[in-house]
Amino acid sequence: MPQPEKQPDQTGRKTKKEQRQQLLRRIRQNREAYLMMLPFMLLFTLFTVIPVIMSLPVGLTDFDMATFPPKWVGLSNFYNLFLNDSVFIKSIRVTLIFAVFTGPLSYFLSFLLAWLINEMNRTLKVIFTLIFYAPSMASGVYAVWQLIFSGDSYGIANSALMNLGITTSAIQWLTDSRYILAVVIIVQLWVSMGAGFLAMRAGFQNIDPALYEAGAVEGIKNRWQELIYITIPGMGPSLMFAAVMQIVSAFTADIVARNLVGFPSTDYAAHTIMTHAYDYGWVRFEMGYASAICMILFIAMYAANKLISRVLGKYME
Amino acid sequence: MSESKTGKRPVRLKASNRRAGRKHAGTVMIFLLLLILGVFMVLPIWLMLVNAVKPVNEMFMFPPKWYTLNPTLDNFKDTYRVLGQMWVPFSRYVFNSVFVTLAVTVLQCVFASMAAFCLAKVDFPGNKIINAIIVLALLYNSNVIYLMQYIVMAKLHMINTMSALIFPAVASAMGLYLMRQSMASVPDAMIEAAKVDGAGLFTICWRIVIPNQKPALMTMAIFAFQGAWNITGGSVIYDESLKTLPTVIQQAASAGISRQGVTMAAAVILFVPPVLFFIIAQSQVMETMAHSGIKD
Repeated sequence: MPQPEKQPDQTGRKTKKEQRQQLLRRIRQNREAYLMMLPFMLLFTLFTVIPVIMSLPVGLTDFDMATFPPKWVGLSNFYNLFLNDSVFIKSIRVTLIFAVFTGPLSYFLSFLLAWLINEMNRTLKVIFTLIFYAPSMASGVYAVWQLIFSGDSYGIANSALMNLGITTSAIQWLTDSRYILAVVIIVQLWVSMGAGFLAMRAGFQNIDPALYEAGAVEGIKNRWQELIYITIPGMGPSLMFAAVMQIVSAFTADIVARNLVGFPSTDYAAHTIMTHAYDYGWVRFEMGYASAICMILFIAMYAANKLISRVLGKYME
Repeated sequence: MSESKTGKRPVRLKASNRRAGRKHAGTVMIFLLLLILGVFMVLPIWLMLVNAVKPVNEMFMFPPKWYTLNPTLDNFKDTYRVLGQMWVPFSRYVFNSVFVTLAVTVLQCVFASMAAFCLAKVDFPGNKIINAIIVLALLYNSNVIYLMQYIVMAKLHMINTMSALIFPAVASAMGLYLMRQSMASVPDAMIEAAKVDGAGLFTICWRIVIPNQKPALMTMAIFAFQGAWNITGGSVIYDESLKTLPTVIQQAASAGISRQGVTMAAAVILFVPPVLFFIIAQSQVMETMAHSGIKD
């Protein structure tokens, strides 16, 4: 066996001791890496990992934030959700409709716009990126949308429709259960050129211009071929980031709905799973039940993430 | 004539000539498409700006106007007046917000860049687990998580200090994941070459990799700035002199003077700094991409 220490045989059997020694050696070799990660990981552990772990068992308890310790109830929260809570069942439907419309659509739109903007010159790139990202920065803009979809004739949408003679009386956009979900989806799409879009813009900008020159030499004929053969393979990881952000925003959106159509919305028309969790968490203070709702949502998001990373992964190869 | 021109300087081609199959008409079409979509995106924001400077008597005109005849700064003045009546001078809130925002942005860019570099490009024991945890943390969403964060902060005696606003925001899984994904496409050969030259990881990270990651770095900075600027920290800060601008502006707009124009004015005040930062950061990206050179 030549040099057994430096080149350990991966397939061959090693004793536990050898494995441990090898691990320790690799840890020692990488101590600069650990040191560089330390500041971030320390904060991340304190303010994300520990709170997440602490919150995991809450879904199995009956917890009103006043009685300590919370009462252990096992899986009964989950039984109640699926068997006795008709609003929850309705919220699953709303969330799915919502996620299907806003998720893939705004992912595709983000990519398309990021690509088209990339075809512009330097100044226009900044201007257009700003225009499409601006809604994500205007946190107080729901008031404007309330103005647009206001239920009286002073509302922008109503007055426009009435002036054009399409309708004769004002439509109750925000309280009529037939329109609520559509209105919320429109506004959600409007704010959805967010983190994913900006990351895609960065992805496009991170591609080495030399690759395009080489591509032109090797016979790439138009923008489309350039996109398929050079750009997309080069920005795979950014696409995955955008996908994760899209899943999160599509599944957990409740702020738009709560600000726009109020809480609870008429007939629970815009009542997503997240809204349901808000209801039980911060209105009824049944934290255990609310945590169980969040847990179900997390499992759904995890599944969606696995699915998408498999699809994207296959495409990238 | 053009022949003689290019004949003199054959090396300098125009940038557009280097790219394959660019037709002028195509570029114009794309521009028009972006312009039309862009107008739709901007309309609500335009409305926000207009309503912030609309006098009260124009507020309820029929049909509602997309412009104003007599722009006024009354709404801003009223907002300022209400804030001026609070116990703490207005400048204190501005200082708090600026301090928190800058601290979060700088610390996150420094800490997350280093961590992301190691996670993307160093094969150390534990790498895979940490990467998986980052994604799980992004997907995990629980209404009790703030409660648990509060407990942790209380144990560390951070409640009612600036650190309660800053440190949780620095540890953003999103910024880290963005950087990690972007750095994953840095060629290994570049790092190996630097290692052969005797550079340590720290040097490679700051001298070679990060200068080439301006687009992602600036994007992370934008997220950090925007997130930090909007921090209200209602439950962890109760000292008036430690409150941030968004906290008091929202209080003033909703409780102090409940009028639509004032709500809009408040939204505009909070909207402007992230936009300015965005423009600066995005222009930075453009500057650097012109002469960066990652070569595999």
